[in-house]
Amino acid sequence: MKKGIFSIKENIEIAAGTYRMVLEGEKDVNIIPGQFIDIKLDGFTLRRPVSVCDAYGSKIVICYRIAGEGTAAMREYEEGRKLDVLYGLGNGFDITVCGEKPLLAGGGIGSAPLYMLAKELAAAGKEVSCVLGFNTAKEVILADELRALGVDTRVVTVDGSAGDRGYPSEYLGGDCTYIYTCGPKAMLKGVYSSWNGDGQFSFEERMGCGFGACMGCTCKTKEGYKRICKDGPVLYKEEILWED
Amino acid sequence: MGRLSVDLLGIRLDNPVIPASGTFGYGYEFAEIYDINCLGTFSFKGTTKEPRYGNALPRIAETPGGMLNAVGLQNPGVEKVISEELPKIRECFHKPVMANVCGFSEEEYVYTCRMLDGHNQVGWLEVNVSCPNVHGGGLAFGTDARQCAKLIEKIKKVTEKPVIVKLSPNVTDICETAKAAEYAGADGISLINTIMGMRIDIKNRKPLLGNVTGGLSGPAVFPVALRMVYQVTSAVDIPVIGMGGVSKAEDVVEMMLAGACAVEVGTANLVNPYACSEIISDLEGVMDRYGIDRLEDIIGGAK
Repeated sequence: MKKGIFSIKENIEIAAGTYRMVLEGEKDVNIIPGQFIDIKLDGFTLRRPVSVCDAYGSKIVICYRIAGEGTAAMREYEEGRKLDVLYGLGNGFDITVCGEKPLLAGGGIGSAPLYMLAKELAAAGKEVSCVLGFNTAKEVILADELRALGVDTRVVTVDGSAGDRGYPSEYLGGDCTYIYTCGPKAMLKGVYSSWNGDGQFSFEERMGCGFGACMGCTCKTKEGYKRICKDGPVLYKEEILWED
Repeated sequence: MGRLSVDLLGIRLDNPVIPASGTFGYGYEFAEIYDINCLGTFSFKGTTKEPRYGNALPRIAETPGGMLNAVGLQNPGVEKVISEELPKIRECFHKPVMANVCGFSEEEYVYTCRMLDGHNQVGWLEVNVSCPNVHGGGLAFGTDARQCAKLIEKIKKVTEKPVIVKLSPNVTDICETAKAAEYAGADGISLINTIMGMRIDIKNRKPLLGNVTGGLSGPAVFPVALRMVYQVTSAVDIPVIGMGGVSKAEDVVEMMLAGACAVEVGTANLVNPYACSEIISDLEGVMDRYGIDRLEDIIGGAK
C-alpha cells in the first residue's frame, strides 16, 4: 500500500454511465494487474475502491460505473483536481501460472482490470483471448482497446444488441489453457461452473478500509477466511467457496 | 518525560494516542507503512474464547460524517491470538499492547482474560461489554449495570493486569454503568463504543447491512462521545480513555479537556492509514497554539 496525491488528467464518459479517469501521481506507481486503488472523495467518509484498468509510469487509469452518490460525485470532477489515493492495494493476478493460451472473461465494469492484465500477458508472449459480457451495446467498453493489443476479443450482450446474445460463461470454448475473470458475483459463478480448467477470479465486495484493517469484506474460502481487500481481490479457483 | 507523555494505569505512554480495537487489526497492515512504535499503545482486534467468522456481508455502510459497521467480532480465538498474533505483534511493536476481550457469557470472558493474563506483552485488558453487533452477550453486560459489575468482579479475580471496561453509549444513563464498573473493581473505563444505527437500500428495500443494524462511528459521533466522557469523568474517580470520532490532534485535546487521560482513535485509521501517526506529529503544534505545556496538565481542564 502507498498513499499519494494524484491529479486528474482526464475524466470522460466512454459508455452509458461508465467513465474513464486518468490520474497522474508524483512517482512511478508499480501496480500489478488486478490491484485496486482507494480514492478519498470530498464530503464522503469512506474511500471508494476502484480496480485499475491500466498503469504506466506515474499514471493510473480507472474505469468506473455510476452506482451511487460517490461515483456520481466523481463524474463531476474536472481535470486538474487533486485526489488523495491509496494505491497498490490487493494481491493482483499472478501471470506466471497460466500456460500459453490464457482466456480472459469480463462482466460489465469488471472488464476494466482485464485490460492491464491482457497487456502484461501479451508482453510476456502469451496468446491472449478475451470474452467480455455487457447488458447492452451502449455499455460496451474496452473491446477496441483490447483488439488494438492484438487480443482476440469477443463481445457478448444479454440483449444481443452487440455481438452474440448471452453471457461470457456460454462462450468459454477453444483450446485455452487457463482463465482469468472479473465481474459481478453471478457472472463469476457462471464462469466457475462452465470452466473445467484452473483460473483466477477477481471479486468485489463492499469495503471499509481497503487495506485489511477492518474485516469488513471477509469471505469464507476453502483456505479459511480471506479479506477480499488484502488477501484478494483475486482468489484461485480451487479455493473459492460459494455461499448462498 | 516528553510533553505528550501520559500515565495509563501505571504504565507511561509516550503520548495519549491509541488506535481503537477493530480499526487496527493486529497492527501489521499499518507497520507496513509507518513505524507504529510512535503510538502510545494500540488495542488489538476484539478477542473471544472461540474463533469467530463474524456477521454476514455487507458489514459496512456509509453515513453522513461516519460509517456503520457490523463486523461481529471476527477473530481467530484467544489461543491463536496468543500463539500466532502476539509473536507477530512483538516483531513490529515493542511496547505493551492493549488486549480487547469480548465474550458471550461470564465464563468466556473470564477464560479469555485468564489466558491473556500470562503474557507480559499485554499491558492492559480492555473488556468490551458494548459490542452492538453480536447477539446473546456482549452488549447485555454493558447495558445492565448489575450484570456488568458481576462480570468485572469475576475478571478481576483472574488477572493482575489493569482492567479497562469499554462501555456502550446505548444506555439511558452512561454514568450508572460507569459507577457500577468502578464499584466492581474496574481500574479504568474506555468509551464510547459505537452507537447503534441502520441504513436501508432504497433500490431493494432491505437493510443495507447483513446484520440489519450496526454501530455508528466517525466524526459524526464525536460530540456525543465527548459529552459522555465529560459526564463519566465527573461521576467516577478511575481514569477514563475517551474515544468516538476522534480524527485530528485538536479532537485529542478536546477529549483530554473533557477529562480523558488517553484517547483512542478508530474510524480515522480506516480512512487515512496514517491518521494516528499524523495526529501524534500534529499534537505539539496544536499544544503550542493553545499555550499547553504538558498534555497531562489539561486533563479535565474544561470543568
